[in-house]
Amino acid sequence: MSADTIPLKIELAGGLELLFDNEKKLNVDLPAKMEDGAAANINYLVEYLCVHCMKDPRREMFQLNGTVRAGILVLINDADWELEGEGEYELQPKDTILFVSTLHGG
Amino acid sequence: MNQCVICQTNRAQVIRPKNGQKICKSCFLEVFELEIHTTIVENNIFPNRGERVAIGASGGKDSTVLAATLKALNERYDYGVEFVLLSIDEGIHGYRDDSLETVKRNAIQYEMELCIVGYDTLYGWTMDKVVEMVGRKGNCTYCGVFRRQALDRGAKQLDISHILTGHNADDIAETVLMNFLRGDLPRLGRCAEIMTASPTSAMKRSKPLKYAYEKEIVLYAHYRELDYFSTECVYSPEAFRGNARSLLKELEKIRPSSVLDIVRSGEQLVHDAIGPNKLRYEEQNEWYEGGKGSENDKHILGNLKSPPGHGTTHQTTDGSRIQTIGVCENCGYMSSQPICKACVLVDSLNKTNASVGVSLGGGQTIH
Repeated sequence: MSADTIPLKIELAGGLELLFDNEKKLNVDLPAKMEDGAAANINYLVEYLCVHCMKDPRREMFQLNGTVRAGILVLINDADWELEGEGEYELQPKDTILFVSTLHGG
Repeated sequence: MNQCVICQTNRAQVIRPKNGQKICKSCFLEVFELEIHTTIVENNIFPNRGERVAIGASGGKDSTVLAATLKALNERYDYGVEFVLLSIDEGIHGYRDDSLETVKRNAIQYEMELCIVGYDTLYGWTMDKVVEMVGRKGNCTYCGVFRRQALDRGAKQLDISHILTGHNADDIAETVLMNFLRGDLPRLGRCAEIMTASPTSAMKRSKPLKYAYEKEIVLYAHYRELDYFSTECVYSPEAFRGNARSLLKELEKIRPSSVLDIVRSGEQLVHDAIGPNKLRYEEQNEWYEGGKGSENDKHILGNLKSPPGHGTTHQTTDGSRIQTIGVCENCGYMSSQPICKACVLVDSLNKTNASVGVSLGGGQTIH
């Protein structure tokens, strides 16, 4: 494991997996620092996922205004991201981040 | 570490949108179920022991959570009712066939009888064939009209007179917003009601998840590892609802209580502005009701003219219409017109079909 990257487990559910070629689980090695040198956070992860992992061109279905689109729940190690600082949460090695859409129907 | 404000022991994992409470997973599961039980008791949703009640089941998150909680609550609080899963097969390849597989698994998991009614057997048309005929624009009208009748017809086949649907607080808030933006006060009133019944039909419909946030429904399904299927209808862009939904989610982000506040506003507006006595049936097939109908419905069906003498339409002073209900001369389903909308649509499909000379397997009008 390189110190320059953070290993993360990413999970996609509630229909979001459809944007990622039906992959429900991804292992991602995220650069530990953002371009400005600050520690990588959730917003940076979302940007990274859009660029490197998402297969569907409709980026706005996942990312809006530099963060996760409203209506998509984010769980950081199974806890609501609102408890952890939302998009500003600084990622730790081996975190599990679940993105689950509430926007899809049955 | 954030501590759960209820048990004051475990790590908080959820912030409740309705009140900002930080609570742990097990307390969350408990209060979520308890609040649905409270909704059921306060609204007397199950007045009769021994009754069989249908759950409209799509395999999606809402109806799956509804079935799971109702099974648990019926055992815990002994409502004494029997649940049957009722699913509609619209005949949309790549959409409904996968979610019906989920419903079949749910029937086994929750030990409930399952009944699937198909548009093909009811109307002689699958939605795939309808789209082939009418194109993608306006097909939601057919689907919406067909679906509402299909649930009623399915329940009738099962000798059931009460259908539960999985409409949640967000669905209802969206519909309140949409009806508000359309200036449609009669529908606004109906969509905010927890229980709807018609004077001419024995069929009753209820929404036990009416006060449950979509966010909490998804969290509940996640924490209980429920088996559900998420998809988007391949034919439906649903532009207007989509905008209302985006607006609602943005509002929720800024002020989480907005969702329930809009639901309450819907209830109050109707109560204060019209009063329950004046809330009659503006139109018969209320596929807008709390639900997922299409904004095109009104436009297309607005062209159907009603001859005088069947049902009556009153023009009220504020310009809204109030209608009374009869039954369809063709199929006997309740209708404000001599022929119900489903029969009109099926008839127009069959005529178009005959005129282009395509043969149709099993294509007949309903009787």
